[in-house]
Amino acid sequence: MTDIIEQILSAAIAIVVALGGAVVYFWGTNWLLDRVLTSSDRVSGDEMTRRDTLRSQIRPWLFLFPALLFLSVYLVYPVVETFRLSFFDNSGRNFLGFANYLWLFGDSNFHQAVINNLLWLIIVPSLATAFGLVIAVLADRLWWGNIAKSLVFMPMAISFVGASVIWKFVYDYRGAADQQIGVLNALVTFFGFEPQAWITIPFWNSIFLMIILVWIQTGFAMVILSAALRGVPEETLEAARIDGANGFRIFFDIMIPQIKGTIIVVWTTITIVVLKVFDIIFAMTNGQWDTEVLANLMFKWMFVNFDYGRGSSIAVIIMLAVLPIMIWNIRRANAEEGTR
Amino acid sequence: MTAAVDRADTGSTAGSGGLGIKLDWARIFTHLALLFLVVLWTFPTAGLLISSLRDKDQLAVSGWWTALTASTAQGVTRLGTAADQIEEGGQFIIRGNLFGTDTNKQLESFGLAANELGAGAPGQSLPMREGGIITVEQDGSFEWVNPTAFEHTRGPRVFHVAGIAPRFTLENYVEVLTASGVGRSFINSFTVTIPATVIPILMAAFAAYALAWMRFPFRGAIVAVVVGLLVVPLQMSLIPLLSLYNGIAQTFGAADGKTYLGIWLAHTAFGLPLAIYLLRNYMAGLPKEIMESARIDGASHFKIFTTMVLPLSFPALASFSIFQFLWVWNDLLVAMVFLGAQDSKLVLTGKLVSLLGSRGNNWEILTAGAFITIVVPLIVFFSLQRYFVRGLLAGSVK
Repeated sequence: MTDIIEQILSAAIAIVVALGGAVVYFWGTNWLLDRVLTSSDRVSGDEMTRRDTLRSQIRPWLFLFPALLFLSVYLVYPVVETFRLSFFDNSGRNFLGFANYLWLFGDSNFHQAVINNLLWLIIVPSLATAFGLVIAVLADRLWWGNIAKSLVFMPMAISFVGASVIWKFVYDYRGAADQQIGVLNALVTFFGFEPQAWITIPFWNSIFLMIILVWIQTGFAMVILSAALRGVPEETLEAARIDGANGFRIFFDIMIPQIKGTIIVVWTTITIVVLKVFDIIFAMTNGQWDTEVLANLMFKWMFVNFDYGRGSSIAVIIMLAVLPIMIWNIRRANAEEGTR
Repeated sequence: MTAAVDRADTGSTAGSGGLGIKLDWARIFTHLALLFLVVLWTFPTAGLLISSLRDKDQLAVSGWWTALTASTAQGVTRLGTAADQIEEGGQFIIRGNLFGTDTNKQLESFGLAANELGAGAPGQSLPMREGGIITVEQDGSFEWVNPTAFEHTRGPRVFHVAGIAPRFTLENYVEVLTASGVGRSFINSFTVTIPATVIPILMAAFAAYALAWMRFPFRGAIVAVVVGLLVVPLQMSLIPLLSLYNGIAQTFGAADGKTYLGIWLAHTAFGLPLAIYLLRNYMAGLPKEIMESARIDGASHFKIFTTMVLPLSFPALASFSIFQFLWVWNDLLVAMVFLGAQDSKLVLTGKLVSLLGSRGNNWEILTAGAFITIVVPLIVFFSLQRYFVRGLLAGSVK
């Protein structure tokens, strides 16, 4: 009991120290800057201008310093270090060159993981985007659309592990003689088929795991696409209707082309989630029955086999897969910066 | 979200021509299609919630969709031996209850052999092979009466079918919160989440202001780095940071680097790119004229930021806080790596994974445990959905 109180107390202290520290730092450095490089009457005109410029050159870096420090230590440095470690052995001391990568390309678990990740990459973003789009279009026309959207959106708040338990219950399997308590097997037996242990059937089990992520990500796609659909001019839709276009024509020929940019953004965002997917596989199968994916394989090499070299090389592969999207995002952000 | 569907009802204008009472099939189809999808999406969660409230014996034998209907259970009970008999008015009687102490069952029928389950109805009597007759009431209490003394040493078996009334209970929750250690994990999750949500906010806000409104070299480059870091896989950070933490721990003579301080700082850093990105986008959208007139009046950047920009940015700060809260609360990977898997430090997600491994078939434990892990994010989500959606839109659509 005392350790719980101690733990809560330490959390409270951390909040106070962090907030107090931030206030002291930002206020203090700012005050110091104004004080040291003061533009008061004792200095000459030239000196005053020099100090003014110097102050305005230093101040942004005072504002940025804590954030940049954290980003460098926790993200930039580790990325470089992981890259370096991927060329070393499990102790991190002996240089191996490309040996880890060569081993990786010959490893059957890695092949399995790459194939599965590719499947995930094809299926999850497309299904989530498609469902999200359909629900957004349907919900925007009905009076209870907001309630519907809220309910579809809800899984976004649920952890991957929580979602895994929810769906494990859906996929639950009992012997053919018993009553099924999993919805899927209950349906299957209702239609007169044999119940199956879904999670252990290779290939299909991966699909069943993907459904979990589709279930979570559809809400995200729906919200973003719904906002984009509201940007489609009403006059365009009205004109099409007057020309006699039916609902499907309007959807495919007018709405989709108008929101193509947003669809791509949604697609790439979900793609990144998929590339990093770990919790679902870890909780449901831990890679058994041919469900391995890269992130889970990496976790095994890092924290089960403690081979930091091989673990790092898998992390680098994931990073390389993310890289094109990252570059595309940066270019988009830069273009936007130019228009501001 | 609330403002999502306030534009004109486009569906009805298409088909409400003619007399205005014509059935609009397209509209009915829209209702049905959406209803189907919504049911599909909520069904799994509903199953979890309902199951977690059911009696654990019923949960194990019947689907949660039958929760409101009575289920039946077959059973066998061995009657008492000669030692249990009492003598009343010249007759010898053995009494008892077929269901033991279980009061939730109602007898439907009973019999003296496995293939004669339906031989007797409640209140009826059947002759026993050992002599005498047995009567069983609806509540399971039986009376075996014999004119002569019983001599058997092994009680005969009675087979019975009982209806179980639906029963909802909070017992499962009491059990997971106390016996299974989920209560402790609940506190741990809060210990991790609250500081990890609060610490990054000020830091990110100052940086975001600098990137939005101050002029200095490399500004564009720093923005590009932040955008790039948004998508860097966390997996890239784990090994170097763990080594770093362990190195620091060794310097100070600690056993390992797995501390709450360590995970707070890690989550703070991992949340920063999104925080800076969201806040910068929001602050950049604030009216330029206000900033400029304040500058002309001689206000410093520090003053403009603290007195004007920070209060105006409340919606963006709220959006980020919700994101960070949900992300940290729901995180499994960072907690496992930086806090470890020992019971006293396990957060809810980690606890749930360990329950999946150790109690994988005890659905009463899993469903109640899972609901406890998702209830806090659901409350946050439903009460602050507006800010959550706004943040989502600012964070991706541009």
